[in-house]
Amino acid sequence: MITLELSGVNKIYSGAYQNQVLFDINLSFEAKTCSAIVGESGSGKSTLMNIMGILDTPTSGEVTIASNIVSSMNRKQMAEIRNRTIGFVFQFHYLLPEFTVLENVLIPHLIHNRSQSGQVLNRARNLLDIVGIAKLEKRLPTQISGGEQQRTAIARALMNNPSIILADEPTGNLDSVTTQNVCRLFGEIKKEFNTTFIVVTHDRTVASHTDRIVEVRDGRIISDKLNTKIVPQTR
Amino acid sequence: MLPLKIATRFLKSGKGQTALIVFGIAIAVSVQIFVGLLIIGLQISLVNSTIGNQPQITIRPTGDTNTIKNWEIIVNQVRNVDGLDKISVVAAGNASVPNDNSILPILVQGFDFQSADRIYGISDSIYQGEQLKSLKQVLIGRSLEEELGVEIGDKLPILTPDGGVNLFEIAGFYDLGIESINKSWVITNLVAAQRLFGYRDRITGIIMTVDQDRLFDADKIAARIEEAVNNKDVEVTNWKDQNKDLLSGLEGQTISSSVIQGVVLASVVVAISSVLSITVLQKSRQLGILKAMGITDRDASLIFVFQGLLIGLIGATVGIALGLGLLYAFNTFTSSAEGTALIEIYIDYNFIIRSWVIAISSSTLAGLIPARRSLKLNPVDVIREG
Repeated sequence: MITLELSGVNKIYSGAYQNQVLFDINLSFEAKTCSAIVGESGSGKSTLMNIMGILDTPTSGEVTIASNIVSSMNRKQMAEIRNRTIGFVFQFHYLLPEFTVLENVLIPHLIHNRSQSGQVLNRARNLLDIVGIAKLEKRLPTQISGGEQQRTAIARALMNNPSIILADEPTGNLDSVTTQNVCRLFGEIKKEFNTTFIVVTHDRTVASHTDRIVEVRDGRIISDKLNTKIVPQTR
Repeated sequence: MLPLKIATRFLKSGKGQTALIVFGIAIAVSVQIFVGLLIIGLQISLVNSTIGNQPQITIRPTGDTNTIKNWEIIVNQVRNVDGLDKISVVAAGNASVPNDNSILPILVQGFDFQSADRIYGISDSIYQGEQLKSLKQVLIGRSLEEELGVEIGDKLPILTPDGGVNLFEIAGFYDLGIESINKSWVITNLVAAQRLFGYRDRITGIIMTVDQDRLFDADKIAARIEEAVNNKDVEVTNWKDQNKDLLSGLEGQTISSSVIQGVVLASVVVAISSVLSITVLQKSRQLGILKAMGITDRDASLIFVFQGLLIGLIGATVGIALGLGLLYAFNTFTSSAEGTALIEIYIDYNFIIRSWVIAISSSTLAGLIPARRSLKLNPVDVIREG
């Protein structure tokens, strides 16, 4: 089953001069797979991810998420899809510094629910346990390390049990040991939650942990291969 | 509710900034409360000293007749008019009293003593002697007493315009606080005055007061009385017609007070909007990520509306306390050595609640400007900038 599909997507930024960053992109992602979109800086991969996450709109072409055609949605419906169907993990973590680790994890739930039940609270705590930072739930993001912040962001992305997780350079800000840990975590999560994982990265090591590697250069897909040399998820 | 929770955390995270703006609102509201209540107090004491212990509506005879006949019927007709408080009747006439080689003009006021006393507070104003006990007694004011050099129990000859001389015994001296009254009014019993001037059972006026909180409706109440009486032989006058200068003075005060309050309020709104607009920039990262996570435009805007509401709530409440404190401090420092206040404080709860509600509503509305700005914030810009 296809969870996410892009057909004929073009993106042109028009300002003083026109700048086309994506050229006729056709891509589809099967449910419960783990894919990497790789490319150098400026290749258009982040724009691609923003379009896939409905944070940005294509100039032309169509995006379909979980059978919903994005161009036919209003802003409220788009917000709802982002909240319920997609989980984001960003390079700079983007936790809310005013909220504790546990509260940050709960925010995606609270965006569309007035209150949280004990069951929801347990789920948030369980997610913190899975990402290995259960003991830090009362800390503020400023009181924990970069790796711990990224783990918090991963737990938050999983909170609403989304069918797709989009991670944009999730290890871009982390050292190599932490990067390995985060990659291992992604693998474990994929197994446990049956989520479609799409990781945008310039780091080939990160990509080597995925089932499929799509390479983007100058706004075009130059290769799309299954990864036959998946790095085993060992501790 | 998430927007309220976020608003609270945003305000807590910038404690210094929040304290500063709350303090700003508190100062503005305290000025409003202080100036407003001071002017209200001033107006009330001015109105009270002018018309407080006086009838506020009077029915007088018109035309050539200077007396009202069948006045009991009129009194019964007006008794049930809404807003009317006390009613009394008077039979008055000009007369004079001899003083050495000259004569002094006086106004003999023949009252139905009990009911008139409730309007003028005559018995409380008697500082020597006692109330009227017979038809042959009078009360005279402080100024007249000093001028005539008389004592309690002395006989006072009253000369009527028809040339008659009647002797009255001075029962007491009063001080009603108004020089012109203290100098000219000679107070006696209604029947005594009727006999003195040959009015028989007629009177010269029906005097009335209105409910304390409806002083400024005296003209409307007077109009209703006129309607109820419907008699061409009498006219109804009220204090507002007779004190136009005072009224325009009061109106001027009210307008200037409103202008001050309006300017203060406008500055509060501008200050809150500009500070909250800065928070949109300061918190653009958080807003961007919240939008990426699916917060709706409405909820994102509500964060700023709630910030305005919370700031307004605390600022207005503190401001009212501060304003009242200022007022009491002012009252204490400007009191005379005997403890008499320069301006009597009148706590107008309606005014305070109104100011509180207006300050909070304005502050909440001020949050709408940054809320609109937040709508334009694109999460992609935040994510791209990192």
